[in-house]
Amino acid sequence: MKNITRAAPLLVILILLGIWELTVRVGQIPLYVLPSPSATVFTLAEEFPTLLRHTGITVLEALTGMGISFAVGIIIGILIDAMPTFKRCIYPILVVTQTVPVIVLAPIFIIYMGFGYAPKILTVVLMCFFPIVVSFSDGLGQMDEGYLNLIRTYGGSRFHLYRIVKIPSAMISLLSGLKVAATYSISGAVVGEWIASQSGLGYYLIRAKNGYMLDKVFACVVMIILLSLLMNGLVKLFGWAVLPMKRRRK
Amino acid sequence: MKLSVNNLYFSYGDQCILNDLAFEAGEGEFISILGPSGCGKSTLLNLLAGILKPQRGQVRIDGKETKGINSCFAYMPQNDLLLPWRTILDNVCLYGEIHRRKEQMKEKARAQMARFGLQGCEDKYPDELSGGMRQRAAFLRTALCEAEIYLLDEPFGALDVITRSTMQDWLRELYSNWSRTILLVTHDTDEAIYLSDRILILGKPGEGIRREIQVKEKNRTREWLYEQGKLRAEIYRLIQEETK
Ligand SMILES: Nc1ncnc2c1ncn2[C@@H]1O[C@H](COP(=O)(O)OP(=O)(O)OP(=O)(O)O)[C@@H](O)[C@H]1O
Ligand SMILES: [Mg+2]
Repeated sequence: MKNITRAAPLLVILILLGIWELTVRVGQIPLYVLPSPSATVFTLAEEFPTLLRHTGITVLEALTGMGISFAVGIIIGILIDAMPTFKRCIYPILVVTQTVPVIVLAPIFIIYMGFGYAPKILTVVLMCFFPIVVSFSDGLGQMDEGYLNLIRTYGGSRFHLYRIVKIPSAMISLLSGLKVAATYSISGAVVGEWIASQSGLGYYLIRAKNGYMLDKVFACVVMIILLSLLMNGLVKLFGWAVLPMKRRRK
Repeated sequence: MKLSVNNLYFSYGDQCILNDLAFEAGEGEFISILGPSGCGKSTLLNLLAGILKPQRGQVRIDGKETKGINSCFAYMPQNDLLLPWRTILDNVCLYGEIHRRKEQMKEKARAQMARFGLQGCEDKYPDELSGGMRQRAAFLRTALCEAEIYLLDEPFGALDVITRSTMQDWLRELYSNWSRTILLVTHDTDEAIYLSDRILILGKPGEGIRREIQVKEKNRTREWLYEQGKLRAEIYRLIQEETK
């Protein structure tokens, strides 16, 4: 019974892929309309060295963007939690940055910052920063006041409140924000590259699309999915490192 | 250090909890606070510790009015408040960690673990312990604080009879060796009689202290405690009157 529950999701995916493969073959759908899964895998293998080169650049932009978002997000998150006035000032601005579609902002960044890595990294930051700040500042404010008073009666300073209670208690919340951000980071970089660049998966994607090489587009999409999963895995690893309770249960 | 409380008033909204409350605790005195559930015992300790602010009246230490949270007190709240992501040892040594004496305190704590029935639990997490074990860990954490006045809010409420008496003996020993002032909130009449110099009996919310009972016996043993039937009956009667 347990095995069936575990195998079920995989089975569903296999069935869907099977239907897809069959439709393409039976219907003789041409490559430039819809490549079959097998064609996609074949192309992925063939193009792997090229894809890997572009992947390196995209990952570099995504990781840098994540790193910046993380550092800035943690600082802003603490400031938001520590100063209600700051929160009232900054929150509306943060929300506004999220309402403007990235696809509008990315070209503007390129106008301001040129064709290098900077505008792509900024696009990543724009997408990743928000979930990190929100999840972290929410997490900081979550813990029962009793714990904070305990630290205070023990003569703890504000620094102790954060180090001993608030920051550790915010970790679970921060992790869910980081997971969202990690998934966004790759697509953020790809969108930035899509607008204008000479390298990266976004660049590869637009070249393949313009040439109606849909198998390459699909192979690239598979790569993007794998990378997003990988980023998610990195966040899980981070969680494992910062949450001692998680380590114990495994 | 002498603790004194003057016409203390506190209300939640328009529900008056403490009205015109006054008492003193001399240096090294052990005072128990008894009273029906919901009468404001925890509220009183919160006011003393400075977590709540009195709406009228003062809390004074050696004649000086306290402002906000004060490091003269070691406060053990009613719920254990163990940090779930820390091991028991790290929880217990919180005070030492804040005051940069963690290693020394760890040694002290390790030496007491067996006495508290917590041997082998040093590296466990709070959710792996029973309610009573958690309470003992919280009690050890408070006992390791260096303060003048201990505020204990039902520290042994979740313990069975045997462990409870072990903990009471431990507290008695601590008290006679260190001559610290202790304020103990409890529901257990025997505990109050066995441990304290003075018992304060609170009335319904807003009624304040209804009675004060002195317990003078110097040489206290369990046998002595069993013979205190009259005192026990008197306290029982007083509390029962309150809940009517
Ligand atoms: N945060 C709060 N807001 C409003 N009312 C409260 C709050 N905390 C306590 N009260 C009320 O104040 C009264 C006294 O509460 P308190 O916790 O001091 O009682 P207690 O004597 O410690 O009771 P117990 O023996 O059950 O612990 C109760 O009637 C309770 O309903
Ligand atoms: Mg209480």
